[in-house]
Amino acid sequence: MANKILDEESLKQVGRSGEPRTYDVERGAIRRFAEALGDSNPLFNDEHRARESRFGGMIAPPTFCRSMGSPIPDVRIGALGTSFRGLDGGSDWEYFHPIRPGDRITVQTRLADLRESEGRLGPMVFITMETTYTNQFGELCATQRSTGIRY
Amino acid sequence: MAHQLYFEDVEVGTEIGPLEKNPTTQQLVKYAGASGDFYQIHYDKDFALANKLPGVILHGALKNGFLGQLMTDFAGPEGWLRKLSVQYRGMDQPGSKVLCRGKVIKKYHDKDQHLVDCEIWLENAKGEKTTPGSATVVLPARHTH
Repeated sequence: MANKILDEESLKQVGRSGEPRTYDVERGAIRRFAEALGDSNPLFNDEHRARESRFGGMIAPPTFCRSMGSPIPDVRIGALGTSFRGLDGGSDWEYFHPIRPGDRITVQTRLADLRESEGRLGPMVFITMETTYTNQFGELCATQRSTGIRY
Repeated sequence: MAHQLYFEDVEVGTEIGPLEKNPTTQQLVKYAGASGDFYQIHYDKDFALANKLPGVILHGALKNGFLGQLMTDFAGPEGWLRKLSVQYRGMDQPGSKVLCRGKVIKKYHDKDQHLVDCEIWLENAKGEKTTPGSATVVLPARHTH
């Protein structure tokens, strides 16, 4: 089936990345994030007690990555143009290494996928962005994939 | 440190939680500050009403965070949350209780890791699943193979 919205030019943009941003992870920011969630887990709050764990010290809660944003790539989607503040349908996270106080995390978002399908209201475009969180040792700590819908 | 769960302790069908949360407008403001998400629908009632919402609503990301807590509590200090997925299906408002729950749907090994797949969700006071999702955790084992 031929795409109605996505043209060749749009599809060529898959893989394009936004500007990276680098953050210094502060202990206080981790504590405040955990407190905002109402999460009293000592791993995220208490350096002394977290030292007894296998992590050997405090780490950030998994969704702390939310506090480290990065610009989305500049993408033009066929007839929709560049303004596609879409519905955030949800997020898929993968975690590989803990994020710790004092880490320097580089965050970058790329256009991971573009798909079109026919919905009840006409053609819909599914826009998947993937954000990577990489520490100062070059280790990938986490990825987040988020799919927005535009029609 | 919290109680540690081991791979041998869980079976398919083992229930997770519930983790009860009673979000207030104050919590939404704290979350806005901690996360940097200052979209006004989460703390400015007039703005939310003008946008045809019933009032201020919880950040989807806050509910994602609650479900993250459900799973890091489950994994314990020796476990590891490997994957976490959430889908935002319905809105939730402050001033009303929400429950995070889940159940184990699969136990398996991958290389030397002991893994557990779970179905998770956040439900409102009426029992409606406004934020379903899934998670995979790595658990320590009492006996290694």
